[in-house]
Amino acid sequence: MIQFSNVSKRYANGYEALKDVSFQVNKAEMVFLTGHSGAGKSTLLKMIPLIERPSVGNITIDGKPLAQVKRRKIPALRRDIGIIFQDSKLLNDRTVFDNVALPLLVSGEHHPREVGRRVRAALDKVGLLQRENDFPVHLSGGEHQRVGIARAVVNRPKVLIADEPTGNLDPTLSHEIMFLFEQFNQVGVTVLIASHDLELIGAMNKRIMAIRNGRLLADEGAHSGVA
Amino acid sequence: MVVCLLMRGRILESLKRVNQKPPRLSAQRSSAGLKQRLRNYFALHFHVLTTTLAQLGRSLAGNLMTIMVIGISLALPATLHVFLSKVDSLGASWQQSAQVSLFLKASLPAQALSGLTTELNSWPEIGSLEYISPEQALDEFKQTSGLGDALALLDQNPLPGVIVVSPALAHQTSAAVESLLQRLRQRPEVDLAQLDLEWLQRLYGLIALAERAVLLLGGLLALAVLFVIGNTIRLAIQSRHDEIEVIKLIGGSDAFVRRPFLYNGMWFGLFGGLLAWLLVNVLLINLDESVRQLAELYGSDFSLGLVDIRTTLLLLLLGPLLGLLGAWLATGRHLRAVEPS
Repeated sequence: MIQFSNVSKRYANGYEALKDVSFQVNKAEMVFLTGHSGAGKSTLLKMIPLIERPSVGNITIDGKPLAQVKRRKIPALRRDIGIIFQDSKLLNDRTVFDNVALPLLVSGEHHPREVGRRVRAALDKVGLLQRENDFPVHLSGGEHQRVGIARAVVNRPKVLIADEPTGNLDPTLSHEIMFLFEQFNQVGVTVLIASHDLELIGAMNKRIMAIRNGRLLADEGAHSGVA
Repeated sequence: MVVCLLMRGRILESLKRVNQKPPRLSAQRSSAGLKQRLRNYFALHFHVLTTTLAQLGRSLAGNLMTIMVIGISLALPATLHVFLSKVDSLGASWQQSAQVSLFLKASLPAQALSGLTTELNSWPEIGSLEYISPEQALDEFKQTSGLGDALALLDQNPLPGVIVVSPALAHQTSAAVESLLQRLRQRPEVDLAQLDLEWLQRLYGLIALAERAVLLLGGLLALAVLFVIGNTIRLAIQSRHDEIEVIKLIGGSDAFVRRPFLYNGMWFGLFGGLLAWLLVNVLLINLDESVRQLAELYGSDFSLGLVDIRTTLLLLLLGPLLGLLGAWLATGRHLRAVEPS
């Protein structure tokens, strides 16, 4: 589903964030990406929705080489990928419902009045159906992140990527969030999560890729998660 | 603005109508047909239309300044235009009473005179003729000029006979009167043919000049409106930087991101145009009394009235158009610069 071949990323200032990274994530697999902050986890994740482009090497998503995706086609690519951020990036002047509905409106495939069922399905999945009319300022950190997840999955993407989704949460909440990702993975969604919380991801019993100074070090339990 | 894209109350209310089925997330994505997509597209446009309007209403105090600037900029050339077109129509009503005076040669025999009047009567361009004999002219001159005693000293009447020609109704346009005048001038019996309202044509010339000046001024002020709206939208884009970033991250196309800003510019232009219309009417009503008094002195019932339909339509179309264009210019430059990082 996600394939990196000899990918390197060098920024304009000469800093090399990724060095010759190659790996493959299969369809419906769930993989963790770990490493210290600054190791290159975020850079790697950003290349999947083309927030960054590689300096060298090729990336393919679902068999499609990203090098061929022109600027104009990037929005369509991103609609097929659910992205979850550490700070959840909710829009504070809209209700929970409106935040989650945004990807459906953006896609143009849904009538503004007919998104309710899917938004509620996504909110129900993350256990926030009762909070749909609340504004983000009234939510706790864990709820913030769950709204972020609902927004990422409401469009039923094939791929979910998450950058430190539990970075701001206590262990109990973190486990709940990881459990949610696992549920999506079980219905066939490919999940790639960056996290430095080794204790947490070790307990998940999934494949773990470690990255240090831009190089992929270890790839434990590769292919164990093939559905 | 972008924010407003999203549905507040409207959608929430409509949701309550949607029957709730047990939620189920599958990996299967639905893809809509063309007709459905078109329907969604227009619904989304309508949605943005109403939400940007609501947005504008919520922050009316801040936006009022922009709308005022637009309104006043549009009102200035519109007022001048309305004023000039009123004067123009006044001139046109005078044009209808245009008469040509034919001063006949002094030694014209009576036979030639009756021949001329008979022939002129048969011309379709001519509505009516009035012959003023030298004697009648002298009498009239004596009465109105106050020179009666001096005139009595003349041993012969110096005044020629005059035929006053009124063009037929269908031939009262400026060009038709002009060609009639040319034809009359070529008659051998006529010493001098004079259009009574030649000064009117000079007035027309002045009005045409003023109209052109108003057009140029209007063009400059329209440009100012364009930049005011462009700048307002640019500031809006800056203040919504984070939001634009998020929308781009979840796959919002350039068009989707741009749309609320375009509608916002359109609203600014429309309200600016409406304000301009209001301002021009207020000005006209204020001036009307003085103009009426002035016209009365000239025995005319001329009054300014209100803004005519054409100018109204022009303001209400030009305003939104300028708004749209200004917003387009601003979004084209600044939206591309916002990219998630």
